[in-house]
Amino acid sequence: MESNKSDVPMPLQKPRVSSQESLPRVDGMQESSAKMVAKNINAYFGKTRALRDVSLAIPRNRVTAIIGPSGCGKSTFLRCLNRMHEVARGTMTGEITLDGQTVMAYDPVLLRRRVGMVFQKPNPFPTMSVFDNAAAGLKLNGVGNKSFIAEKVEKSLRAAALWDEVKDSLGKSGVSLSGGQQQRLCIARAIAVDPEVLLMDEPASALDPISTAKIEELIYQLKANYTIVIVTHNMQQAARVSDSTAFFYMGEMVEFDETKTMFTTPGKKQTEDYITGRFG
Amino acid sequence: MNRRERFTFLWRKVKDKAMALLTFLCVLLAVVPLFLIFFYTLGQGMEALNVDFLVQMPKPVGEAGGGMANALAGTLILISLGSLIGIPVGIFAGIYLAEYGDNPFGTAVRFLSDVLSGIPSIVVGVVAYILVVIPMKTFSALAGGVALGILMIPTITRTTEEMIRLVPQSYREAGLALGLPQWKTTMRVVLPAALKGITTGVLLGIARAAGETAPLLFTALGNRFWSTAIKEPIASLTVFIYDYAKSPFEDWIQQAWAAALILILLIFLLNLIFRFATRGRYGEQQV
Repeated sequence: MESNKSDVPMPLQKPRVSSQESLPRVDGMQESSAKMVAKNINAYFGKTRALRDVSLAIPRNRVTAIIGPSGCGKSTFLRCLNRMHEVARGTMTGEITLDGQTVMAYDPVLLRRRVGMVFQKPNPFPTMSVFDNAAAGLKLNGVGNKSFIAEKVEKSLRAAALWDEVKDSLGKSGVSLSGGQQQRLCIARAIAVDPEVLLMDEPASALDPISTAKIEELIYQLKANYTIVIVTHNMQQAARVSDSTAFFYMGEMVEFDETKTMFTTPGKKQTEDYITGRFG
Repeated sequence: MNRRERFTFLWRKVKDKAMALLTFLCVLLAVVPLFLIFFYTLGQGMEALNVDFLVQMPKPVGEAGGGMANALAGTLILISLGSLIGIPVGIFAGIYLAEYGDNPFGTAVRFLSDVLSGIPSIVVGVVAYILVVIPMKTFSALAGGVALGILMIPTITRTTEEMIRLVPQSYREAGLALGLPQWKTTMRVVLPAALKGITTGVLLGIARAAGETAPLLFTALGNRFWSTAIKEPIASLTVFIYDYAKSPFEDWIQQAWAAALILILLIFLLNLIFRFATRGRYGEQQV
């Protein structure tokens, strides 16, 4: 955590556009430029309330970072977006839409094919080879066309910047790779099914700095084709990879703005305190 | 280090070694009977064991020689029938308990399954007698298979459940997040990861069933002649041992030992085959 603002690799002047107009908020924002919109989300684990009235519009083809201290609900929010929250027996009120259609109307299985996810700990399937891991989403969903799968696997592994490292050992076990390679394999696995949104839950927190840098580079590349939401503990990472940043605290969304604005002239005292390392 | 400290240090080391020794002694205590049984059976059984014993039929009383080919075939058929019932039911019940069983029904099934594994096997034999023998009006291999299948179910169910629970939640989530339906995630991701443990459970179930005599006495009955029909009474190694061991004839008792040895070797062989067939593609421990 940085101890003062000058660590943040961002120019200190205010962005040219007035933040009021460019705010990627629900209120000021055109619905069409938002890929996913969350309105008044309350999420619960049993009786515990993990999210309080969170509203957020996730901009299309951009990287949105969610930062905040442990237990602030950022992962829960992410898991609401693809309805993985209910897998952990959570409940939710409020509305989340994907391209204007409420996610509750989707079959969760179909929703998750459009909204992919990468987890904090690399979790390649242990009984499958590198190739089969990347192909898992296609194969297990009934795609039988072998050349199509092979093509897709190569494309995904290239997109995940892993192809050159594994192309000669595609038959090796997925878990025999290093931690960073495993995580890139998981990213390849997620993008092989052509999702539109990619949710990343602290994708680099278990990795060394070099692997982290590769993942960040990858996120930057991927945003051309995907809408990315990344949860991170690491504020420099949020500043490096994201276009807009949301700050969560105690289950509430405190502030959401352009990343530049958030890290230079945050609107709320709490945000500033967190970003400058005064708490959290 | 002063004297007091040195003493404390030494005393700790002694305690450490003593505990390690204690665990080792307990291992010996557990393993020694096993080896004694195995070597005693080996010693006794080898005398009557030869190729004839494996391929010939039992001879009438008073005639020397003969074998137990029918009992060997019968045991294999009975185990197969039992497995046909016990393995799928056990594995699917285990999957249910692990993946969907966090409710009162699951708790009840779990409890009953534990009770079932403690029920004397002869009682299971009675159940199979009522379910199969009475309606069919004849003792049969099928009835024996049903009895053995019921006996295998609780062991396989509970092991499968435990092993599936050991598979990290993150694999399930990875599957679901890929847009796989739950059953596909279970069958293609979770089950393969738990396969080694489940194999152990299946083998325990088979080994238990293969060693049962009581439930076969009034289901499969036993047969002095060659029969592989599942609607007819069928011979088995355990019933063969039972009959021969209580006979007054020296050579029959000798043959009972040999049959016991064959039974042990058979289970040993099954173990090896299963281990080999379900070994991981990558040789690493998967759970």
